[in-house]
Amino acid sequence: MSDHSAIVSTIAEVLPEWFLPDNRPGYAGLIVPSERIHEAAEYLKDQKHFDMLTSVTSADYFPEDRLEMVYHFRRSTGGEPLRIKCILNRKDSQIDSLVDVFPGAELQEREVWDLMGVRFMGHPDLRRILTWEGFAGHPLRKDWKEPFFEEEIKPYKSRWPDGKFIRAEEKNPLGDNLCFPPGFDPESWVPDKDETLYKSMTRVAKAGEDGFDSDTIIVNLGPQHPSTHGVFRMVARLDGETVVDLKPVMGYLHRNHEKIGERNTFLGNMPFTDRLDYICSMSNNFAYALAVEKLLNVTPPERAEYIRVIMAELTRIVNHLVANGFLLNDLGAFFTPVLYSLEEREFILDFFEAASGSRMMCNYFRFGGVVRDLDEHMMGMLKAILERLPRKMDELEKYLIGSEIVRVRSEGVGILTPEAAIANSATGPLLRASGVPYDLRRADPYSIYDRFDFDVCVRYHGDIYDRFMLRIDEIRQSIRILKQAVRDIPNGPVLTGKPQYQVRVPAGEAYGRVEGPKGELGFYLVSNGKSNPARYHVRAPTFINLTSLAGMSRGNKVADVVTILGSIDIVLGEVDR
Amino acid sequence: MKESLNSPGVQIPEELSGQVAITTLDRIYNWGRRNSLWPLMSGLACCAIEMICTAASRYDFSRFGMEVMRPSPRQADFMLISGTVTKKMVPQLVRLYNQMPEPKYVVAMGACASGGGPFKEGYSVVPGIDKFLPVDVYIPGCPRTPQALLNGLMKLQEKIDHQTLKSDAHWYKKGGSAPIPVPILGPDLIDLRKIEQIRLASQAPEPGTDEDNHEVPHE
Repeated sequence: MSDHSAIVSTIAEVLPEWFLPDNRPGYAGLIVPSERIHEAAEYLKDQKHFDMLTSVTSADYFPEDRLEMVYHFRRSTGGEPLRIKCILNRKDSQIDSLVDVFPGAELQEREVWDLMGVRFMGHPDLRRILTWEGFAGHPLRKDWKEPFFEEEIKPYKSRWPDGKFIRAEEKNPLGDNLCFPPGFDPESWVPDKDETLYKSMTRVAKAGEDGFDSDTIIVNLGPQHPSTHGVFRMVARLDGETVVDLKPVMGYLHRNHEKIGERNTFLGNMPFTDRLDYICSMSNNFAYALAVEKLLNVTPPERAEYIRVIMAELTRIVNHLVANGFLLNDLGAFFTPVLYSLEEREFILDFFEAASGSRMMCNYFRFGGVVRDLDEHMMGMLKAILERLPRKMDELEKYLIGSEIVRVRSEGVGILTPEAAIANSATGPLLRASGVPYDLRRADPYSIYDRFDFDVCVRYHGDIYDRFMLRIDEIRQSIRILKQAVRDIPNGPVLTGKPQYQVRVPAGEAYGRVEGPKGELGFYLVSNGKSNPARYHVRAPTFINLTSLAGMSRGNKVADVVTILGSIDIVLGEVDR
Repeated sequence: MKESLNSPGVQIPEELSGQVAITTLDRIYNWGRRNSLWPLMSGLACCAIEMICTAASRYDFSRFGMEVMRPSPRQADFMLISGTVTKKMVPQLVRLYNQMPEPKYVVAMGACASGGGPFKEGYSVVPGIDKFLPVDVYIPGCPRTPQALLNGLMKLQEKIDHQTLKSDAHWYKKGGSAPIPVPILGPDLIDLRKIEQIRLASQAPEPGTDEDNHEVPHE
């Protein structure tokens, strides 16, 4: 923290008219006048080496007519993030886009425009991203109310303590989760036919070498497509079989995580985080618990810290197994390799079920610890997993690495250079396979990761094969951490203080993050002292990693685009939230 | 399966029992259908992961004749709605359903597909796929376990067992069944069957209710 506050104060001293320290109690970072944000970002990048813009979000302070843009800058060499804020007014919110300085802001700024209604000047393609063109309003504004709106915050009086609950459908005039602006005439409505989307794509109509004129065509892959890892859609402009341009289209699983999260109590959000990246629920719990613990200023007991690390690393193994299995699916080895991955996954899920009561949606972490202790039997299960996994990984490697088809299809395909990876704010295996040894467990350690002996895996070619191999390397490192954790785990309590349903959280803001299996998973929370978060934002790693998809796909064949997407390893629950 | 195919009370000589069965048309028709139910391969959300688990070796729903997941709706017998249905996705799902050949079934898997689940209050979530498609089996749970999915699929098989060509097979009747109108995305989801209601609700707003104070900032 001292290093961080030193940076903050030096920057604020050198350029006092640009950077003002945020002195509100519970807040940190610097405030920049909104017309200066572009220059400030350039200054931070060029002079101060904050070369990654990891998170772009905004917070609405409704009764005060104030909207804040919140940026988190990072150095790819490690250290804490630097938080920069800009204050906008709510009526006419606009700010300069940072896409030309940090291309990784592209999708995030579109999200802020869509959900919060901040217009970014100079953004190359400012369209709605999670909802659709034509949607009424910007849903994350505090004065925007959803059709099933009942009260500002939970617990709702109708359900507790009296329990006279009326179904939401009966209160809505349409009897459904629907609400139209007054005076809307459904028959004269012209739906958006994606024309703006198609027009925004590069169009290269060139005369062929042999004298034939050729034109490009648009092909939509998804949202219903056997290869798209869920309801994800890619719009590709093809010249023959070669991809000229590609745009990701998402929002088909936009479940309004953040809006619901701002109505929920702090603890009530824990099971919702499970459903973000539904393959690694424990990691999501971890990041959210860290963010709230920063606000509460509690630390979990020793044993709970070890249990958390055990759960997070097992989750990483599950995720990488599944990711690699489905990547091979995309390469054409339909379902057979996945069976091997899922077999190992079942052993770990059994352990999760024993510990938390549920296979997938564990809801296991609490603020200041975990919900239940691990007993002798469970530790035995864990030891059996750790005995079995290395053998199985050898087997998987033996069958796959030498496979000529895997290598020909994946080596040298979908290359992401380290410069592009950093510029696009990529994190996780995508960044490390491009030769940037950046792992939050080492770069900005949290929990007790500084006690374990493990290597940050890195590979240097930045192609599909390296991402595939990097995941196998990371599984081996996770097994190493797990063995140390099982050896050293002390006895003792697993929760600080009494279990509470309604945690009182002091006012302030916090950004908690972990090195999730897919990248930096962060939660940006603003509390106003009530039992519910005033702002709840998820920095979803796969959403931001998708910024790199178009660049990696250009010039490749359509069939490779499917594997490139598989190698990024997306989960739609997290991309769309 | 031999027992269920042969009509009860009809004796087959011992030496022919492996080759011959005497049965009704309904019975053999349903026996064939129930044992080769091909699901549409469409994963929506969390439940899709557990659906894949159910297809994998530990739970293995190919034991019930369901292993052939078809990505094309033209080849599928039933549709597993495996997760939260959002307003942006529902036009595609309705279109997929319309493209499936009869007889077709819909299984709502998990809390979200059955009624919105934990995300029901969300502004872009359809509270249950049954607002658009006729659902045959609902499977509770969030996510429902693979065992529950198997149980739900066996319930679907039971349902097929009890159908008769005479009264249930509307797909052989003249004209067939009409397609469900595909909803369109407006300021909110426009269900074409409710267009009159939508016009009434938005043109004669009741003053004072929260729903009408819907602020639309600059567009």
